[in-house]
Amino acid sequence: MSLLEVKSLTKRFGGLTAVNDVSFSLEAGAITAIIGPNGAGKSTCFNVISGFYAATSGRLFFEGADITALPLHAVARRGIARTFQTTALFANHSALDNAIAGYRQRTRSGFFDALLRTPRERREEREAREHAYEALRFAGIESSAARIAGSLSQEAQKRLAIAIAIVARPKLVLLDEPVAGVSGDQMAQHGELIARMSQAGFTVCLVEHKMDLVMGLADRIVVLHHGRKIAEGTPAEIRADDAVVEAYLGTAVA
Amino acid sequence: MRTRTLPAAWSLTAILALALPAVVHNPYYLQVIVGGYVTAIAVYGLNVILGYAGQLSLGHAAFFGIGAYTVALLETRAGLSFWPALAAGCALSVAIGYLVGAISLRTRGHYFAIFTAAVGVMIGVVFTNDQQLTNGNIGIVNIPPPAPIGPISFESPVAKYYLVLAALAFAIWIVARVRYSLLGRTLLALASNEDLAASVGIDVMRAKRLAFMLATFLAGLAGGMFAIFVGFLGPDSSGLDVSFDMLLYLIVGGAGTIAGPLVGTLGIVVLTQWLQGFEHYKLLVFGPLLIVLVRFFPAGIAGGFARLRWRRTATP
Ligand SMILES: Nc1ncnc2c1ncn2[C@@H]1O[C@H](COP(=O)(O)OP(=O)(O)OP(=O)(O)O)[C@@H](O)[C@H]1O
Ligand SMILES: [Mg+2]
Repeated sequence: MSLLEVKSLTKRFGGLTAVNDVSFSLEAGAITAIIGPNGAGKSTCFNVISGFYAATSGRLFFEGADITALPLHAVARRGIARTFQTTALFANHSALDNAIAGYRQRTRSGFFDALLRTPRERREEREAREHAYEALRFAGIESSAARIAGSLSQEAQKRLAIAIAIVARPKLVLLDEPVAGVSGDQMAQHGELIARMSQAGFTVCLVEHKMDLVMGLADRIVVLHHGRKIAEGTPAEIRADDAVVEAYLGTAVA
Repeated sequence: MRTRTLPAAWSLTAILALALPAVVHNPYYLQVIVGGYVTAIAVYGLNVILGYAGQLSLGHAAFFGIGAYTVALLETRAGLSFWPALAAGCALSVAIGYLVGAISLRTRGHYFAIFTAAVGVMIGVVFTNDQQLTNGNIGIVNIPPPAPIGPISFESPVAKYYLVLAALAFAIWIVARVRYSLLGRTLLALASNEDLAASVGIDVMRAKRLAFMLATFLAGLAGGMFAIFVGFLGPDSSGLDVSFDMLLYLIVGGAGTIAGPLVGTLGIVVLTQWLQGFEHYKLLVFGPLLIVLVRFFPAGIAGGFARLRWRRTATP
């Protein structure tokens, strides 16, 4: 059974239909890419799946359960993590604290645990710190743990965003343009990080414009154009698809 | 970042505070300091909602007033003794804080600030105009001090000083514990980036509401202390201008820091007293001083020192 099922998803902003009757599913363990020209509705898809926007119509099923109406934080706690197209960090906090905040959903300590520094508080703090270091290590920025997130290089910030997303061990990670703004020589390393995420058991869905990266990484590709799904298939199938070539590839990788 | 100088500074502060009544014999000066402590307790509450959780409340003094009037009325009208009256004052402040938060924290942006300002004004109107309940502008007089606990009586100014100091220490303990906890991290995270916090599974609304309840608890506690330390309570203790004063103390001291509310409140309260002699000219001193502070200590006094220390330890 697929991990996430998107069924006839539609999202309108006033008169603009950003996502129009789109259906696809994400297979557990696979890397799926969503591609399409600017304004195709890729980020909007992510925003609806993760609960930022309510769907206008359509349904979302995660592990068989209907998550369409769940609020943001509840979607995250089900095991769906995401990064943002414009890298979102807790900019004035250290990289380590960023990752620790990402682990909060796995901890239960509340106000009275804080006041009394209960054994649970201390255990969960230790646990959060360990997982945070592990996530930073995985993302390759352990040496920057004490640095303020906002002062990291663009490239390191992208890695930190991934560390924040995976620290609580979600089942599905949505990456919105993970290599945008990353310089050419760093790109391969980012690709390698995404491949490693998949090997580590995360189901990955990414939105990306860099076609060579997408073609190299993705098991399946979904193509959006003007809010509609115009194609879906393996990289080879997509490359051979006339509609895709016309809508997108023709201009992007001529 | 928590170096060894920090506990040392706090110990020194505690010793100074404990020894103060032995040094300051003038009851008026003592009164000014106690007043500063009381306000600082409320400012610690403001620090939780604004400094930690990043939500601007402009009605903080109203919750101070709720605590104060509850204690004053329960003591003078219902004959309740101080401690249960204080508990009731804190509880009522938190309950109203819960309601206000539930309504106004859901939306983003300036809505919470505007809503709390409006609530503050409304509650202030009740305090000022209700002749039956709060006795309007005349206020409530002869609010009795707490009954003695064993051999300890709270009649004298010095005894009240220590009572308020204990309440202040309690407030500082709470906010310090919260600051360095998973809950504190949660609040700081949502203040830093609310969307990201929500996307990593933090129930942002719940966390903000909790922060506001703690903020209103401390405001209520401060109000209760205020009622008994002066023995008189009028509506000008809890108007919108007082909310803005508290905001000023917090920002000058350093929002989000542990020492900030105390440094800012005592600093400005004492300075204001000292400038009293200059009459209206005091603003000529006060204004430029604020500008210098904002220019050179954008994170407040305590925030500025924390940054200096950070820089020293970061570049060995
Ligand atoms: N919050 C919003 N309000 C109104 N319109 C929006 C909103 N978010 C997105 N849109 C519109 O929806 C359409 C799809 O936008 P979306 O961001 O999903 O595109 P995208 O495929 O991610 O494009 P890009 O590759 O440029 O990131 C665009 O026309 C955009 O202007
Ligand atoms: Mg986009």
